[in-house]
Amino acid sequence: MSSFFTTAILTATVASGIQLAAPFLLASLGETLGQRSGVLNLGVDGIMLLGAFAGYYVALHTHDLLLAVVVAIAVGAALGLATAFISVTLRAEQGISGIGVYLFALGVTSLLFLKLVGTPLPVNKPRDLHVPLLHRLPAVGHTLFTQNVLVYLAFVLVPVLAFVLNRTTYGMNVKAAGENPAAADSLGVSVARTRYIAVIAGSSLAGLAGATLLFDVGIFQQNLTQSEGFIAVALVYFGAWRPIGVLLGSLLYGMTQAIVLSWKGLGIIPVSLSDLAAAAPAVITVLALLTIARRFRQPAALGTPYTRGG
Amino acid sequence: MRKVLVILAAITALAAAAVPTATPKSHAQLKVALIAPSAHNDLAFTQSMHHALLNLQKKYNFQLSVSENQFVVANAANIMHQYAQEGYDLIIAHGSQYGATVQQLAPQFPKTTFAWGTAGETYGLSNVYAYQAASEQGGYVNGYVASLMSKTHVLGVIGPIAVGDAKLYVDGFVAGAKAASKKTVVNVAYTGSFSDPSLMAKQAQQFIAQKADVLTGSSQSVVGAINVARENHALWFGTQWTQASLAPQNTVATQMYDWMPLLKQIFTRMQAGKKAGLSYTITLRNGGEKIQFNKAFKTPPTIKAKAAKIIAGISTGKIKIPAGQ
Repeated sequence: MSSFFTTAILTATVASGIQLAAPFLLASLGETLGQRSGVLNLGVDGIMLLGAFAGYYVALHTHDLLLAVVVAIAVGAALGLATAFISVTLRAEQGISGIGVYLFALGVTSLLFLKLVGTPLPVNKPRDLHVPLLHRLPAVGHTLFTQNVLVYLAFVLVPVLAFVLNRTTYGMNVKAAGENPAAADSLGVSVARTRYIAVIAGSSLAGLAGATLLFDVGIFQQNLTQSEGFIAVALVYFGAWRPIGVLLGSLLYGMTQAIVLSWKGLGIIPVSLSDLAAAAPAVITVLALLTIARRFRQPAALGTPYTRGG
Repeated sequence: MRKVLVILAAITALAAAAVPTATPKSHAQLKVALIAPSAHNDLAFTQSMHHALLNLQKKYNFQLSVSENQFVVANAANIMHQYAQEGYDLIIAHGSQYGATVQQLAPQFPKTTFAWGTAGETYGLSNVYAYQAASEQGGYVNGYVASLMSKTHVLGVIGPIAVGDAKLYVDGFVAGAKAASKKTVVNVAYTGSFSDPSLMAKQAQQFIAQKADVLTGSSQSVVGAINVARENHALWFGTQWTQASLAPQNTVATQMYDWMPLLKQIFTRMQAGKKAGLSYTITLRNGGEKIQFNKAFKTPPTIKAKAAKIIAGISTGKIKIPAGQ
């Protein structure tokens, strides 16, 4: 255990935890926006997958990473549009339709990967950025404050989303659509338009989360996300539908995962327990979810299609 | 109705991805099916078998159908049942997870020959072949060479799940590294997944932080770890199939699986009308395993010479590889 408590290992573990948290954070923030408007989107993992594949394909063939990220976001937005159409316009049961989107994306990305790519090849990653001054901190500066731009973006979006939800008219409309759509409608708020925008924006973030995961790994493979999108949905509940809560949940999950990986590598967790340890981040997050998030209630109209006069 | 349409659309997409690909069949051809847990071009376990089958297709005149990405055993079982019903002559269930299905199907379809691995169990059935890889042998050679080439004397080994040829390889690698130098530290971790390149990458990053300058790993998910080795200028040692294309400047050597000697025996016995019920193991000695040095990486000749000695020692039985923990 003493080998873990060295500056080099601790800072590397924390840096790894931050990186691991970034895709969850982006996807969870997007899902938070959608759920606050009343739409449960269980297709997050599928949107991440399609975003990751689209970004990978573009990066592989153009070597333009910015374009790859833009395409990943655009694919997320397109799937968000489809999700909103199914959930808001068609008023389909949201859980089932989300799983449909996930299964569709899982099959399509596997098929496209086999047909369009074949043998996996690595893609370049975005360059790491140094946080001014902080990256020069002795011992820990370089490891903790030298991450790629998508990781920073994930953390910057936390206060941005909090501001949008709490300080803008659109944010108020989102919360109204999620809590009492009939009342919002009576005040002239277009519930459908509000939900459409929230789901499309949220899904765009899921697409971006897929790109972040892709560039973290540097390569695409079938089912790259390994159900991370579902964890992201759980983190929204953990975070009590608040950006700061989602941030804490993502960090908890990412840090736990990083510590488990580090302990495995150092032999602190024996090989015989390594499979069990792999489940630790999910178990700890669920336990925290059960103990913390029960104190908060979900948006009253979450998962409920809105029909005027219905 | 809308729910049904959504589910149908998803199922259609999945079904399209799972449709077996087949080459045209001519008169008197054997019908051979390969069911594998990953893609035929996974740079690992499945590609080794797929490549061997393609190489032998002309010589043994068989039609090949491939069902890849069959991680879900229940789906694989349905596909195997379908192949057997369609009168396939040989069904290769390329994954140790398919054993129970083979055990169940083989008695129902006595005219079909089944081959499965990596495993040594034929269940006493006369139409079942079992095959396995003594991957600890190539692992030992890789570990020995890695230990000699490491400057930090810290090596990182990433396995998927501690079973089958993955565990044998890891154990062999550790034994080889320790045999080359007692002061070498070998850090071993299993991610708990055969298919998660993200976890492999993260584990590899942890090893780099722990001063490892040589990495190795097993399973199709190693692509994530190889990328980390490439970015951090660490050396990479592979197993099952060459991954040099992913990191040509970092890949030193690979233990290649060559299933052709095994398949030749199976096809020859089938053509002669002989029963199955046998178990095979590919080894360095019988040519089923080969150590392939990456031509794009300049391995010092002295190291190659030492590796050749180790290979000879293992093949002749002079070097006994200790069993892992």
